[in-house]
Amino acid sequence: MSAGITISPSPFSTTGRSRKGEPWVWLTAAGLALGVVMALGLLLLILLKGMSSFWPRRIDLMEVKSGETVVKIAGFVTRESQRRDTGGVHDEIQIFRGNKDLTGEAFRFIDRADIVATTRPDSLLLVERTEYGPAIVEPVALETAGLSIPADAANFEAELDKVIALARTARKELLTIERKRIGAVSRELEALARAERTGSVDPAVAASRRTELQSAFERLQAEAAVIREKLNESRLLVTNVEGREAAFPAGTLLRVFPSNRSNFGERLSEMAHRMWSFLSDEPREANTEGGVFPAIFGTVVMTLVMSLFVTPFGIIAAIYLREYAKQGLLVRIVRISVNNLAGVPSIVFGVFGLAFFVYFVGGNIDQLFFADKSPTPTYGTPGILWASLTLALLTLPVVIVATEEALSAVPRGVREAALACGASKWQTIQRIVLPASLPGILTGIILAMARGAGEVAPLMLVGVVKLAPTLPIDGIAPFIHPERKFMHLGFHIYDLGFQSPDAEAAIPIVYATALLLIVVVITLNLTAILIRNRLKKRFAVSSF
Amino acid sequence: MSAQPLSASGPDPDFIQVDHFSFHYGAKQAIFDINMSIPQHEVTAFIGPSGCGKSTLLRNLNRMNDLIEDVRHEGDIRIAGTSLYDPSIEVISLRKRVGMVFQKYNPFAKSVYENVIFSLRVAGRSKKSELNETVERALSSAALWDEVKDRLHESAFGLSGGQQQRLCIARAIANQPEILLMDEPCAALDPLATLKIEELILNLKKQFTIVIVTHNMEQATRCSDRTAFLYMGHLVEYGKTMQIFENPSQAQTEAYISGRFS
Repeated sequence: MSAGITISPSPFSTTGRSRKGEPWVWLTAAGLALGVVMALGLLLLILLKGMSSFWPRRIDLMEVKSGETVVKIAGFVTRESQRRDTGGVHDEIQIFRGNKDLTGEAFRFIDRADIVATTRPDSLLLVERTEYGPAIVEPVALETAGLSIPADAANFEAELDKVIALARTARKELLTIERKRIGAVSRELEALARAERTGSVDPAVAASRRTELQSAFERLQAEAAVIREKLNESRLLVTNVEGREAAFPAGTLLRVFPSNRSNFGERLSEMAHRMWSFLSDEPREANTEGGVFPAIFGTVVMTLVMSLFVTPFGIIAAIYLREYAKQGLLVRIVRISVNNLAGVPSIVFGVFGLAFFVYFVGGNIDQLFFADKSPTPTYGTPGILWASLTLALLTLPVVIVATEEALSAVPRGVREAALACGASKWQTIQRIVLPASLPGILTGIILAMARGAGEVAPLMLVGVVKLAPTLPIDGIAPFIHPERKFMHLGFHIYDLGFQSPDAEAAIPIVYATALLLIVVVITLNLTAILIRNRLKKRFAVSSF
Repeated sequence: MSAQPLSASGPDPDFIQVDHFSFHYGAKQAIFDINMSIPQHEVTAFIGPSGCGKSTLLRNLNRMNDLIEDVRHEGDIRIAGTSLYDPSIEVISLRKRVGMVFQKYNPFAKSVYENVIFSLRVAGRSKKSELNETVERALSSAALWDEVKDRLHESAFGLSGGQQQRLCIARAIANQPEILLMDEPCAALDPLATLKIEELILNLKKQFTIVIVTHNMEQATRCSDRTAFLYMGHLVEYGKTMQIFENPSQAQTEAYISGRFS
């Protein structure tokens, strides 16, 4: 209301700082704004850095003064910085030049002042390999099937693509032989050894079976060797920009991309391809290359199994606490303890999980059911089941508190109505109270999932590993392997960022993995929220 | 359904007997030594100022007060000669004989149909024909059938306030109780809806013994046969409604019904 139109003196104060009545609105709004800005900033940083690590960048060929001589360096800028020394301030750039096998280090700092010239030759190729990371090279020739196809030949690219495609199928074949078929034979050998130890098999039969298996094993190894040989018959001959020659065996080639020649659409599709292989491939080279599929899988399975455990226990505990227990001192103490449990540092849960679940429960299971395998532990070692249980324990307070609140929010009137209809206490809870509080309970489960999916510290003690050769669910009977160790996106980030042999090379993948972890957590939450909203509609509570 | 045990020999004048009944919430005594007999097939109204114990007394008739912690009672209440506090009586079976309608209409977050048959469901009866029959009978008795027969499977929250309260009445009588307790059933309703409920009460007393708590003097005169005036936990006066309102024997009763305190 503007003072200009005030006709009669108003009994209300219309001027001064309290005119709006709420000076504190600015403080609270500022607090919220700060929070939003911080959250958005974090998301934006991770999104930008994460996405840009997939974008195929142009490769610069730089001529750099090094003392009296000029050297050529090809690569792309990964960081810009300033260095101070006695000569003043130097603008420096960090270049990723790949070719770790040729030059020793993939990254190099260059003083901007030393750069004589920069060009972008079309002929440069970015070659992704199974080892030593990417290479930035000039192709010379492709040796395949006894022929040598020079790089300027018309059919060079087509032949190269063919070789790479063949290499891919051959690698897959090798993987099947090594993991599945050889794995099956060695499992059978193990079982045979166990049977012999327990005496449940005739020694003569066992011996003949063993020779059979061993010859099968050798046959498979020979088969693998043949494939490997064939793989490396073809070679890609290259030189780096300094003129050093190298030959990449076809078996190591993953993908060749002419970054400087390609147009926007090609680069976009290359980016999509890189993202897809990041999502669907297994990690390579101490996790700094390749994809994170096992980690995604492990995170999702662990979170779902955790919710499977925490939901029934949390809800049942909350129902007892809120509905049945006599509200006295004891219940108050229990409630305070449950709330405090939520504040216990998560690593403490990890230690507890290791001591109780892994060593005590797992150890006893091994003694009772897997005595024939001892001393090799089956359940008495960290694994996805124990990790899920530990996190279920960690998130239990969240579910209990949310469920209790939801239960107590159900109006007394409807409970009385149900009881007055002759329903027992349990019937009232089951038919009236639980459906009405379901949305609130689901909110608790969502919060628990969000907390559990992002937790890393306790997992390091109870089941997460840097590299798990197998998934916790696969095609080998009994299909679900709750005792297996697994990979986790959160731990993957830590591992890449701090445990990696080549920390510089891992930076982009750290951002990408962080982005992925956020996406996975958000996806899990959104799914749960969607389910909750469905249920909300179905069990709409009255307005009072 | 369970036939009323004494219906053969006409209405029982001592159907509900309150016998030297006192009731305590913790240290606070809410009801002091009440004696009264509520006859069968009549409407008995409890009136009195707020906090006088009329709702407490009503809620003792189906042991609804058991839900509150730290309560105790002295004396006895008998329905058709059987004590409510007889240890061999299950409180659930008692509540099957005594239906209740609350001050604030409180349908469940279910369809109209499921609301009505809730008491049958919890009693474990699920024969489709019986359920259908019950829904039609109960809704007709509650004068709601014609209004909702085409939306039986829609949410009960789609009904108006008055309809929701009548639905609650239908729910309370679906399992054919002998007694219907009503705790200010019209407190949250507009005058028109109130009128409908009052008509309903007059119709329902043919089948049920009704005990109603009300703040509304006119309502008590319009639909009750007997009136009990409670004050500070004591039963001050109890008799035929006409006599209570026209010729009260106690000065407190007269003061209250003439509006001198409330």
